[in-house]
Formats: sequence, C-alpha cells, structure tokens
Amino acid sequence: MSGNTKTFGLALIVVVALACLPFGVSGYVLGLLTLAYYFGVFAMSWDLLFGFAGEVNFGPSFLIGVGAYTAGLLNHYPHWPIWACVVTGAVASVIAGLMLAVPALRLRGPYFGLVTLVAVLLLQNLIVLYAGITGGEIGLDLPDVLSIDEANNYWIALCFMSVSGACLFGLSRSAVGLILQASGQDAVQAAALGFNVTKHKLAAFCVSALFSGLAGAMLIFYEGTASPGTVVDIAVGVQVIIAAVLGGRRTILGAALGAIFLIVAGEILRPLGQLSTFVVSAVALLVILFFPGGFLGLLSRSGRG
Amino acid sequence: MPDLLEVSGLTKRFGGLVAVRDMHFTIAPGEILGLIGPNGSGKSTVMKLIMGIERPNAGSVRIDGVEVAGLASHQIARMGVGIVFQHSRPLHRQTVLENIKLALLPDSLLRLFTASHIEDRARAIAARVHLDHVIDRLPGTLPFADLRRLELARAVARNPKVVLVDEPFAGLTSTEVADFSNLIASFRAEGHAVLLVDHNVRGVAALVDQVLAMYLGERIAEGSAEQVMRDEKVRQVYLGGAIQAASRPAPPSGGRTTLLDVENLSVFYGKAQALDGVSLSVGVGECVSVVGLNGAGKTTLFNTISGLVPASGAVKFDGKDLRGRTPAQIARAGIVQCPESRELFGDMSVRENLDLGGQHLSRANSTRQLEWLLDLFPILKSRHGQAARTLSGGEQQMLAIARALMMQPRLLILDEPTLGLAPVILEQLSKALETLRQTTDITVLLGEQNVTFALPHADRVYVLEHARFIWEGTPERFAIEAGAQFL
Repeated sequence: MSGNTKTFGLALIVVVALACLPFGVSGYVLGLLTLAYYFGVFAMSWDLLFGFAGEVNFGPSFLIGVGAYTAGLLNHYPHWPIWACVVTGAVASVIAGLMLAVPALRLRGPYFGLVTLVAVLLLQNLIVLYAGITGGEIGLDLPDVLSIDEANNYWIALCFMSVSGACLFGLSRSAVGLILQASGQDAVQAAALGFNVTKHKLAAFCVSALFSGLAGAMLIFYEGTASPGTVVDIAVGVQVIIAAVLGGRRTILGAALGAIFLIVAGEILRPLGQLSTFVVSAVALLVILFFPGGFLGLLSRSGRG
Repeated sequence: MPDLLEVSGLTKRFGGLVAVRDMHFTIAPGEILGLIGPNGSGKSTVMKLIMGIERPNAGSVRIDGVEVAGLASHQIARMGVGIVFQHSRPLHRQTVLENIKLALLPDSLLRLFTASHIEDRARAIAARVHLDHVIDRLPGTLPFADLRRLELARAVARNPKVVLVDEPFAGLTSTEVADFSNLIASFRAEGHAVLLVDHNVRGVAALVDQVLAMYLGERIAEGSAEQVMRDEKVRQVYLGGAIQAASRPAPPSGGRTTLLDVENLSVFYGKAQALDGVSLSVGVGECVSVVGLNGAGKTTLFNTISGLVPASGAVKFDGKDLRGRTPAQIARAGIVQCPESRELFGDMSVRENLDLGGQHLSRANSTRQLEWLLDLFPILKSRHGQAARTLSGGEQQMLAIARALMMQPRLLILDEPTLGLAPVILEQLSKALETLRQTTDITVLLGEQNVTFALPHADRVYVLEHARFIWEGTPERFAIEAGAQFL
C-alpha cells in the first residue's frame, strides 16, 4: 500500500507543478500540452484494457470517435449544452463499446483485436458516407467551445486528465483491478478461482470506453471542430497504442507520460518536416524493442537497482 | 454421509476421439481418491470436466448433491471446487500475500477495497502451507516448492468441499514430497474430498484411500492401491504381459563406434530441474531406449540433443561438439527427431508431408526413399492424397516416422511414438520398427513410458526418473532389476 501512496504523492506534486505552467510559458506551449493531456486519457484508458485485462484493442479511436461525434452532432444540430453533449457522448461510447465487446470477447486469440480494428474502419466510412450530416473528411463545426482562453483550456484538460488518471490508477490497484489482472494473465486459472472472467473484462472495456468517450468529446470542444483525422483515423489509434506502450504497460500513469512525450517530441522536431514523425516513431520502436517495460519500467528498474 | 463428489456416465469426445467414456466414481468427505493412468489416458480431461474447463458431452457431476455438469468454471468454483494446477502461474507483480488474497476476493465489480478479514484469512492460509516466512516476497524470487505451496494455498483458500490436485508431487524432492503429503492428508482430516491425478499408483499409494485406473478414456480397475497394483489389466497396460526382449547378436569385433555422446547434461525450466547430470552414449547402428514416466525428462533430453533447449553439459555427434549449432543445422547433420506431438502439417496431404521431409534429397534419391517407406508403411500408400489431419492417430504416427526417415537420418529420435494409440496399432508400429531395425543399419534413440513397446526394440535400455538415469542395462536384465518401478 505504501508504494501506492508514494505514487499518489509524487503524481500530486507533478500535477501542482504543471498547474503553475500558465504563469510562465507561452500560449503555444499550453495549447500543445492541452492536446497532450487529452491524449494521455486515451492512452490510460487503453492501458486498462491491454495491461490489465490482457486484451489488445487495436481500435481505441472507435471508442474515442463515437464519443466525439455523438457529442459533436448533438451540439451542432439540437444545440445541446456542452456538458450534456459530453455526458451523452461518453454514454454512447460505452454502449457502442458493449455492442462490440459482447460478441468480440467470445473470440480467442488475435480476433478480438481484429474486430476492434474493423470497427474503426466502419465508423470512418460511415462518417464519410454521410458527409452531408457529419461534415465528412473536412469535419464538423461546433457552435460552442470549452473556453477561448488558453490558460482555462489548459487547466480544464489538466484537471480532467488528473481526475481520470486517479480513477483509472485507483481502479487498477483495487481488489477489482487484481481480479482483472488475474483474468488477463490466465483466464482458466482465474475462472477456477471463482471469477467470472468475461464479466470482469467487459467491465474493464466499459470503463475504458467511458473515459475514451469523455476525452474524445472534451477534445472536440477544445478544438471547436470534430474531424476523422483527429479523433477517428487508424493513425490516431496507433498513436494512442504507441503512447501507452512507450510509457509502460500495466502502469496506467506511464501511458499519460508516453502521450505527453509523443506529442511534445513531435512538435519539437517539427522543423525536420516529414522527418519528425520518422524520428519519433524510430525512438518509440527502439524503446519498445529494447525496454519493453517502457519509461516507467526503466524508472522502477533503476530505482530498485 | 453423502458423497461430496459424484461422477456418473461422464463422457467427452474431441471430434472422433473419445477422451473419456462413461466414467463413474464417488468421493466421500474425508476421502482421497487417486485417479491414475498413463499419458493420454484421459485422466486430466476428467479433472477438467469436473472443474468445467471442458464441457462434458454426456453424464453428470454432482458436488454435495448439486448437479454442476455444463456450468461455467467460475460457477463450479463457487459451488465448492478448488483445483491445484500442475503449473503454477501466480501474478508476478504481486506478493505472495496478495496472490492468496486474490483467491479470497468476492466476484464483484463494486468491491474496490479488500475487507480486513480477508487479509487475516490470507495470512492464516499462508501459515498453514508454510509460506509465512516469504509472505511479502514476489513469486519470481521463490523456489519451486514454494510456488507449488502458493498454488495449493490459492486452491484451498475458499475452503472448497472438493479439492482436485494435478500431479501433486511433480518436480519435488523427497522431503518436499513428505511435506506435501502431510498437507494433503490434513485436507482429508478436515473432511474435504480430494482427487489426486497422477501417472502411476506408486507415487500416491501411501496417501490414497481408493485408486481408479484409466486407460484410453475408460476405467480399467478400481480398489485399494495394493489391489490396483496387483490387477492384471493394470499390469498389462503399464508393463505388458510378460516383458519380452528380442536382442540381436552383438556386432562383431567388440563394441561399436560411438555416434552420439551425451555428457553430464543439466536443464532447468525456471526453477524446476528437468535434467540432472545425464550422460548417455549411442553407438553406430545401435537401438537405445530411454524409458521413464511422463515428466521424467525424456522429451527434454531429446530436445536438448536436437538443439531446441539450452543446457549445460556436452552433446557430441560423430565426435563433433554440437554446441552453438541451430536446430536446423543439427537436423541437417543427421539427427532427426520425431516429436511426441508429431507436428505434421495437418492441411497438407500425406504425400506432401513426405516430400517436405525429402526436400534436400536429389529427385532420384527421394523417389527411391519414398518407395522404400511406402513398402515399410503400406497404409500410407492408400492414404497418399489425404490431408494429414484426417488420418487416425496411428496413421499420423506412421506418417511422422516416415517423414523423419525421408530425411535419411543417421540418428532417428522417436519420442513416445505409442502415445494415445490403441493396442492393435501398437502391434503394426512395432512390426514396422522391427523391420527397420533388422533390414537397415539405422541408429535409433527411442523414448517411451510403455515398457512393453520399448524393450523388444532395444539393444540397451536407460531408465530415467526425476531427471536422472537410475538404471542402465540390457532388456533381458530390465524385468528382473527395474520392472517394479513401473506400476
């Protein structure tokens, strides 16, 4: 338990430090970090599924996209207030996630992952097919935004990431998290200990969908527009996965770290043009190949050594 | 008192194979039943059927009078069944205490915090299985016996009515075996019903109240340990009626040149020692059998020779050290292994499987070899266009051996060719091997738990037990000196 308390304390200090940033850095940096924090929530939600339930969700952007577009459409057409759009978006994401996961979790091996991958393609196609309603590739304009002030936007995102992180981390370290981890590692043995493995995995999928949907919906109200390129495309999902693995599997908090690294590094290297993506991907590849424990794995290893 | 576990008419089919046929037995409170049978006899399947890991095709399983057949595994666990798996797979990031706590948690999505009585109970269980001194360590730092204790602790954590134990003593030293026996006996004293699954009677004889012997999915004997050991059918299955040896005349000019020389091999799988200082030699043209029960280390020995498993010690083939060679290089050098699991290409035809084996031969050579093999195994001729997957078990085994022979090995390693085969098939296989031995100068290393099959084809026999050779000699001396080991 003391290890968890220490982690919480450390995380709190980091969050407080980050909260002071708007008093010292430019709006440009704040905007970048705001985006990174939403990505952090995507990655943490994904790690709950992969790291703990042991299921590889190749389509995190399906859950993100359903949340984002549900919220976006409700704001664009019936002009629902932002909070109602975000909540409904998150609920829609959970429902869509359940519709996907209930049949998919019956499958063994890589098929669960493939189903989630196909779901992303379906969603993307739907959005493009009904471009008249959804805005298609160009995107959907939103009448409302969270805030026009960069510092406010930054604090909202930081607060959202911190609360989501605390929920997901707490869950992963709880009794339920322990059962989930056992189900992910050895389903036969977990069942023999009396745990309904499917139930626990489904619950994990719902929690993952809830936070992904929330974050997706919040993100579009920050940006003021929803487009497949930012919340649905396979490439978005791949970035989420890379961020989570880079940060450290089964750590939750590492996933947020990985997401911030990916986005910030991508920006710092922007002068390289097309090469920047290449360099960031190469770094990610090297970390995954040689330090599969990710950033936090490295940290805890050197801490112990 | 009513029985805690009642099994009747239990049947399980995998495709065309009947793994378990019409099993029935009961275990009363405070009783230990030993379920024994050779490899492939279906005893593990029986255990999985009780636990709900596999669903039975027919029959009934009652726990304390309640029907559970067909329920999911976690439901059956909740009804009061605990299982000790042969391989322990604890959570590696959690301590021993947390691993035991896991077994005590309610199956609820809402219970985020562990109740304090769970912690106390987990500590009590740890103390009971003698894990209290390592309670805050991670499983990865524990010796093998402690991992087995942890597995045991988790299985009995919820105080199940019925405890199933798969190979309770595999990989343990004799003091540890005594320790575990006491623990299992204490479950009996508390009124649990215990099912021990093992390969032979000898291992569990001291502990069990009743023994049930299985072979090819059916029960063949039941009674006390002594009765089962004396049972004629059991003796036949394990030893074959009278052990016969058909030795060839010794090669002229005293002794053979050594083809394979294995020196002081040791292998560890994690913490379990699979081979312990094993040395063996095989001469050119010699047929050597390694007999030993399942888990003794036969497959590990063969995999080490084939370069599939790293080991300490030396393997020399034809005078050359094989260290650092890849499995493919070793196979090309002439050591061809025909593995226990056969490893056929199931969707390819019989002919294609054979052609793959002869891939590196010249066309003429390959055709000649193929013709010779089809004479040796005539059944393969009539099946040559059929997909390997659709062959019967015996035919698959013949195909596996034939494919290995297509590579024109200098040393053929056969690992448990008789696994799961019916007696009539054994006879055909036996004849083919004998023809091979009499008409060619091939060198064979044969691993078997079926002594009847292994002895007639051997010039020399090694007995492997608990990772060591405990006996070496000619087949004639085997029956007198080592036969009793195999019941």
